[in-house]
Amino acid sequence: MTAAVKTPRTGFDALSVGVVLAAVGAYALVAAARTHEAMFQIHMYVLLAAMALGVVGVIVSGAKPKSAAQSTYNDEIVKAGVIAAMFFGVVGMLVGVVIALQLAFPSQFYFPELGFLNFGRLRPLHTSAVIFAFGGNVLIATSFYVVQRTTKARLAGGVWAWFVFWGYQLFLALAASGYLMGITEGKEYAEPEWYADLWLTIVWVAYLGVFLGTIWKRKEPHIYVANWFYLAFIVTIAMLHIVNNLALPVDAFAGTSVSLMAGVQSALTQWWYGHNAVGFFLTAGFLAIMYYFIPKQANRPVYSYRLSIVHFWALIFIYIWAGPHHLHYTALPQWAQTLGMTFSVMLWMPSWGGMVNGLMTLSGAWDKLRTDPVLRMLVVSVAFYGMSTFEGPVMSIRAVNALSHYTDWTIGHVHSGALGWVGFVSFGALYALTPWLWKRERLYSLRLVDLHFWIATVGILLYIAAMWVAGIMQGLMWRAYNDLGFLQYSFVETVQAMHPYYIIRALGGVLYLIGALVMAYNLWRTARGDVAIQERTPASAPAAVPAE
Amino acid sequence: MTYETVAAFAQTWGLLYAAVLFGGVLAYALWPRNQAKFDRAASMPLDEEIDQ
Repeated sequence: MTAAVKTPRTGFDALSVGVVLAAVGAYALVAAARTHEAMFQIHMYVLLAAMALGVVGVIVSGAKPKSAAQSTYNDEIVKAGVIAAMFFGVVGMLVGVVIALQLAFPSQFYFPELGFLNFGRLRPLHTSAVIFAFGGNVLIATSFYVVQRTTKARLAGGVWAWFVFWGYQLFLALAASGYLMGITEGKEYAEPEWYADLWLTIVWVAYLGVFLGTIWKRKEPHIYVANWFYLAFIVTIAMLHIVNNLALPVDAFAGTSVSLMAGVQSALTQWWYGHNAVGFFLTAGFLAIMYYFIPKQANRPVYSYRLSIVHFWALIFIYIWAGPHHLHYTALPQWAQTLGMTFSVMLWMPSWGGMVNGLMTLSGAWDKLRTDPVLRMLVVSVAFYGMSTFEGPVMSIRAVNALSHYTDWTIGHVHSGALGWVGFVSFGALYALTPWLWKRERLYSLRLVDLHFWIATVGILLYIAAMWVAGIMQGLMWRAYNDLGFLQYSFVETVQAMHPYYIIRALGGVLYLIGALVMAYNLWRTARGDVAIQERTPASAPAAVPAE
Repeated sequence: MTYETVAAFAQTWGLLYAAVLFGGVLAYALWPRNQAKFDRAASMPLDEEIDQ
């Protein structure tokens, strides 16, 4: 209750949110009435309903009597984020398993009468669900938790924070339903159409405002390094999203648009966006998680705070240039390709600096790896970070890329980063957060965490090993010539050769999904306040019994 | 504006800019007077939550 300056609520936050909701709702109403496109009309009705619900939500929350909780941190929004992240994680991984099975068993998992379940529709659903829905919710939830704890200030902006949370879920709903209906801009990881993009822009600017506002009223003079990483993630994603989605709608009430860029300019912008989505969404944001949750879980200070500063500035200034390595041997000028490749190789330094900093934070606490499966998950995530940030620069080198590009090696690389680094660091953070948020002594079951850890690890290894072999084999078969100078293999022969590896990959994905389901069950029981029977101690004290 | 002008600019001023920036970051990180502040900051996640 010592918490600080109680700013009296002016109601301005609720009023301004209401105005935004009303304005967007008014447009949705007119657009739904005026448009000739059926799918766009559906989305406008969804938008209208969401805005109406939002207005009701704002009024109801304003009418509620202010509880004492008002003076401390806003943890309710973090709880909501944990639930959303777990839900979307399971959904996204399930869709991933489905498309892996479609590739492995096309005749069993292809449904001609259900067009919306085509690989082409489900693949962006999978990527967006795991990256933006799962990863995004993890980032929003943890950033709101961490910024409050490290600034000792309640989340700024009042209702605006909830606008960010629900507005982001609405964007996800528009994106996901759009993919299934066939609405797409055709840009990888940026598929949603202009109206969904604009809505996300509003939400993201509000996110930046809430985050910066909290930092502004901080009671700690120093801004902790995790907040710098979160800030870089928020600011850069705003910039990338806006520039890559510059487009002109064909009509004020139409769902389709034309990109302002064409040809090689469009390609370069797309991969500047695409690679920095990796660099700032999937790296900088999750490094912020590393810099808060590993010290917290290990109960050790950051190994080198100085290194973390160099890590941050070097990483963000180098990453932004690496995108052109996606366009080797294309119409992009050679010098631009070389530039992208050079900066990618330079990224080794900050990446491994950060990895060393994360791992060495365990100095003096390495024994906890044996007893704390949550910490083990976090540490293994950093190991995968080191591995995939080593592999990435190698693959960006033109000669290596000549073999790896367009093959499944890329898919293997992406998943060692996504499942190993992003997935595990998120799991670790969610396992840590759940008992803290729901005020529980401990998790429901550490043995289930252990089980999750091993199932998921085996799943990842099956996945990436299969994709390495499949990808390199595929690349070698594509470039094989016979004595007469003809291609040795037809394309379909390369597909046939990969079949066993596709099955192994699908199996790895199934294991990873099972792990996530075990986790969801464990978190649910933890939130309810249960403790597994076998793990109960007489005084329900933390099980810190020395061996023998 | 040709490729050569852009490349010449990047290879001189761009290099200088990146080098100065990196030097600045290093100086800030290693400045002796900042050490106490950074040592405190390194354990910020471990600070007990005072107001809960």
